[in-house]
Amino acid sequence: MSNAPAIVAAQEPIRRTPVALVDLLRTHRRVTAATALVGMLFLVALLAPVISPHDPLATSPDNSYLPPLSPGHLLGSDELGRDLLSRVLWGARVSLPVAFVAVAVGLFGGGLIGLVSGYAGGLVDLLLMRLMDALLAFPGLILAIAIVAALGPGLRNAMIAIGVVAVPVYARLVRAVMLQLKQMEFVVATRSLGANPLRLIIGHFIPNLLNPVIVQVSLSAGFAILAEATLSFLGLGAQLPTPDWGQMISAGSAFLTNDPWLAIVPGAAISITVYSFNLLGDSLRDALDPRLRS
Amino acid sequence: MTTYLLRRLLLMLPVALLVTIGVFMLIHLSPGDPALIILGEDRSPAAIAQVHEQLGLDKPLYVQYFIWLDNIVHGDWGRSVTTHEPVAVAITDRLPATLELGIVALLWSLIVAIPLGTIAAVRRGSLSDQIATGITIAGVSIPNFFIGIVLIFTLSVTLRLFPFGGYVPLTTDPLQSLRHVMLPAIALGTAGAAINMRFTRSSMIEVLNHDYIRTARAKGASWRRVVFVHALKNALIPVVTIVGLQIGGIIEGAVVTETVFTWPGVGRLAVESIFNRDYTVIQGIVLLAAFSYMIANLLVDLVYGWLDPRISYA
Repeated sequence: MSNAPAIVAAQEPIRRTPVALVDLLRTHRRVTAATALVGMLFLVALLAPVISPHDPLATSPDNSYLPPLSPGHLLGSDELGRDLLSRVLWGARVSLPVAFVAVAVGLFGGGLIGLVSGYAGGLVDLLLMRLMDALLAFPGLILAIAIVAALGPGLRNAMIAIGVVAVPVYARLVRAVMLQLKQMEFVVATRSLGANPLRLIIGHFIPNLLNPVIVQVSLSAGFAILAEATLSFLGLGAQLPTPDWGQMISAGSAFLTNDPWLAIVPGAAISITVYSFNLLGDSLRDALDPRLRS
Repeated sequence: MTTYLLRRLLLMLPVALLVTIGVFMLIHLSPGDPALIILGEDRSPAAIAQVHEQLGLDKPLYVQYFIWLDNIVHGDWGRSVTTHEPVAVAITDRLPATLELGIVALLWSLIVAIPLGTIAAVRRGSLSDQIATGITIAGVSIPNFFIGIVLIFTLSVTLRLFPFGGYVPLTTDPLQSLRHVMLPAIALGTAGAAINMRFTRSSMIEVLNHDYIRTARAKGASWRRVVFVHALKNALIPVVTIVGLQIGGIIEGAVVTETVFTWPGVGRLAVESIFNRDYTVIQGIVLLAAFSYMIANLLVDLVYGWLDPRISYA
């Protein structure tokens, strides 16, 4: 999550319409391509039970170590004769929900802290931001590993750990935009007209936070998938027999000399998925950041 | 400058205390009696009672924290459950291997990033720039353990150019040490190379738009001289920030790379400790990783001001 998103607030209230989103996709080819890639990944995850040629858990010792392009096994089979294509397709059903939950934990936890901190200011802001500084003092993966080590290995704990890592990132982002917005004329005007804090937050702050948050969501989804794969590779995430990409690479690396595809196929799946999310975040930042547009 | 340093250190203090609370709570988040977790296999009533007394486990949590903090400050980081050696010794024994790996990875990332980032900036908008941008996104998208596995398969197993695994200390045989460290360093440094390349590119684009560059060109300096002598030095200032943070984050990257390449460093010790439920060692490594990161942050701020005198510490 090293790529800092755009945190430039709009000079006037944003009123987002479906037409504006379609316009964004139409005018920015990179955004369109990245959205299509991410959409396709979600479709694969959704349709995995329908499009998988085999049961991802069904073993078949007679068909073990089949190379890619074997009849009936397009990407080959593993040491237990399980179809690699089916396992990779089902792997998307593990990685994408993990990323979704982890990002949601970070977004809601961090977003709420950022909103309160930015709106309240003063002592509340000081205390909350020191807490976020302490979380940021831990390198992301080390913090995730420490949390999983404490809570125990498993997908649920991996999701919590990755989500906690994302909390300070969203908190700082939302707070930074809030501080900018508080100085804007339209906010001052709405305040002086007597708008209550809730109306100000829901009606004006949140819509104006959407641009930088959307960019950060796609970047942190990429990070979440990478972190989940890393934790599973280390044996701290998904447990056997769940078809998980990180775990498949870990198992496949034992057969690298004769059957390299066992590690290369799931590795390519992770790389393409993370690349798609990073490309989406990167292209959205370019499209939505007024500084880059100028 | 001294006032700024003192102010930064004062601001770091509450954050450092919060970090120690977090690391201390690590063992208390785990279900069960911390004494049983710390003792591992040796769970005789006498040993349990000794740990309870030593750590004050019968006392309130905040008292336990201060006892633990006092021990940490005085260099007593506890003992490993599995090997019974002091945690501080276990970590310092493994640190040279991790530092060697981290430093070579960092050098590799800079050797790749600076020329490619500069070329991408000079040829902004061209095909080579677009390819470079694509490579940077790919560099941060491919997991370093996967890069490691691909390198082992191609350069070690198939082409036999580099040995797989094994650590030779730099002091024993520098050449062999370098041969052994190359593959893990490339795997570890690739993501850093992508990030550094991106920073070099954007910073170089900004510097190339400055008036003094136009003046240098108007005075007849060659484009090559303007880019590499006049612009590059200033363009690299922001890169220093990110490189500093990468130095602070060496342990983080090493966790996975050392596992793939069976490299006997702190990262591998961390993973082994998790599987052995060796919480005192995990606490020590997490604490070390967090403090190196914080100190790197501070140093980066100071070096930044030293490199760019326009930055005020007032």
